Amino acid sequence: MTTIPVLEARGLTRSFGNVRALDGADFDVHAGEVVALIGDNGAGKSTLVKALSGNLALDSGSILFAGGEVDLNSPTQASSLGIETVYQDLALAPHLNAAQNMFLGREIPKPGFQGRLGFLDNKSMRAKSRAAFDELGATVRSLSDPVGAMSGGQKQAIAIARAVAWAKGVIFLDEPTAALGVVQTKNVLETIRRVRDKGVGVVFISHSMPHVLDVADRVQVLRLGRRVATYEAKKTTVEELVGAMTGALDGAHS
Amino acid sequence: MTTTQVKPLTAGTAGTPDRTSSLRQLMQVQSFQILLVLLAIFLVFAALAPEVFPTWGNVRQIIQNVSILGVLGIGMTFVIVTSGIDLSVGSNLVFSGVVAAKVMQAMGDAGWGTAAVGILVAVGCGLGWGLLNGILIAKAKVPPLIVTLGTLGAALGLAQVITGGVDIREVPAVLQDTIGYGNVPGTTLPTISLVALALILVFAVVLHKTRFGLYTFAVGSSEESARRVGVKVDRQLISIYALSGALAGVGGILSLSQYGTTAIAGQSATNLNVIAAVVIGGTSLFGGVGTIFGTVVGLFIPAVLQNGFVIVGVQPFWQQVAVGAVLVAAVYVDQRRRAAAARGHSSKTEGRKRLFGLRSS
Repeated sequence: MTTIPVLEARGLTRSFGNVRALDGADFDVHAGEVVALIGDNGAGKSTLVKALSGNLALDSGSILFAGGEVDLNSPTQASSLGIETVYQDLALAPHLNAAQNMFLGREIPKPGFQGRLGFLDNKSMRAKSRAAFDELGATVRSLSDPVGAMSGGQKQAIAIARAVAWAKGVIFLDEPTAALGVVQTKNVLETIRRVRDKGVGVVFISHSMPHVLDVADRVQVLRLGRRVATYEAKKTTVEELVGAMTGALDGAHS
Repeated sequence: MTTTQVKPLTAGTAGTPDRTSSLRQLMQVQSFQILLVLLAIFLVFAALAPEVFPTWGNVRQIIQNVSILGVLGIGMTFVIVTSGIDLSVGSNLVFSGVVAAKVMQAMGDAGWGTAAVGILVAVGCGLGWGLLNGILIAKAKVPPLIVTLGTLGAALGLAQVITGGVDIREVPAVLQDTIGYGNVPGTTLPTISLVALALILVFAVVLHKTRFGLYTFAVGSSEESARRVGVKVDRQLISIYALSGALAGVGGILSLSQYGTTAIAGQSATNLNVIAAVVIGGTSLFGGVGTIFGTVVGLFIPAVLQNGFVIVGVQPFWQQVAVGAVLVAAVYVDQRRRAAAARGHSSKTEGRKRLFGLRSS
């Protein structure tokens, strides 16, 4: 690809004590593509995602958004750039309902003076939540029940719908299919394609190689805090990916 | 009371779209179940002492007695919804009252000017302790139980240092005559109760209808999730403990007005009484669930029991036994509900299964 990546990381370094979680890691994702980020446990995937979503301070390295260098030091700042993350634990408030979770931190105030006093326009937040869930084909049965009482699949759907609704640039999905059944997994992969087709850059972190090859356009492999390989998903195999992850193919591919 | 039919109450459930089942939902909310308990207690005493108990004079007495606790209960509900605790409210009340009394004593006269300064001083002192609590909890990450246990001791100790351990009994007459035991003009409603009621209504709206309230529930539900979506959790916690402190300051001036003394030794169990009322009212100690309405009902149960036992001639010490039982029962209900929610069942079907001896998988 010749375009400028929507999000690019150059030489990110971060140490926790003596452990170098990121050791000069590079990463890039373009608008309208799905990049799978894979690597063994401890390769630095989660650390990289944290850094790119504004949840981690870096020792060195630079992050470029649409070609311009940015300083991502809070989740709020990342969201203002249109970078959203679906965390492994989903980051939902279990006692709040689906609509409240959807808009938490970004509530729509009532118009005029009431809004300035802190009153919220629950009606339009509910309507917009419903529209967002319908757009994804998510089966969220109730907007007024607390999400804590919902099934894992429904919670996942809410977390993904929330990220999709706000992501204008990049969306990170940290192992979104790890806890899901066959049908729900298919839905998530379908959602990923749909979001990509809207022109958003999707970063998909997974341990499941078949899912990676199924949905990704490119695959970037992390090992020991560094990007060791990038593959076109169509031209690679599970064996090759596993080889790159474990280091068995060192030097065999650029 | 069927304690099994409980559904978690989320922030702002008032206004759910399907109004057909709203009555049934209402019955499943713990604060309404506890309201039924209160009504039952009331009816029992009314039947036992029909001449004395259900009269306005007696009810007025009960309302007056719970007013100060009601003001403290507002702040405590916010705090417990965040899954925190504020043990310092009683000491804070005493400290605020002592400082306000000292200032008013020094000013000398007994007019409204002095009283107004006293009110501001009391609220300011309360706010100060609340801010200290909040900053230590949110920024220094010391657990709320420990922070407020520390300020409980510190505030009470300083109050005794200031007074030398001797109560101040000079309180401006205007405060005592109007707020203390005066009535709202033209009625027989105690002024102190009107003050409490106004604060309760305002903060019930804040908790259940505004962004501040929503963030209170969000922080209590999952602090980390709230932080990640950009809620300023630290600021929210500091504001809530500051609110609790400021309301304790209000309680300080109300107590001065009502009793005409700083009553340094009189507030040693206030914190626990308020916490018990909040929990009886259905606010979960684990955060994320609660109502101001429930707290008000939770305050009336001990007060009505106390009053009723005296009237029907039972030793009033039984009140403590009864309140203890109600408290444990309320937390038991909350635990059942949480366990059912964690299993992903509605607690209602769970209750039926248990009732019919079926085991869930």
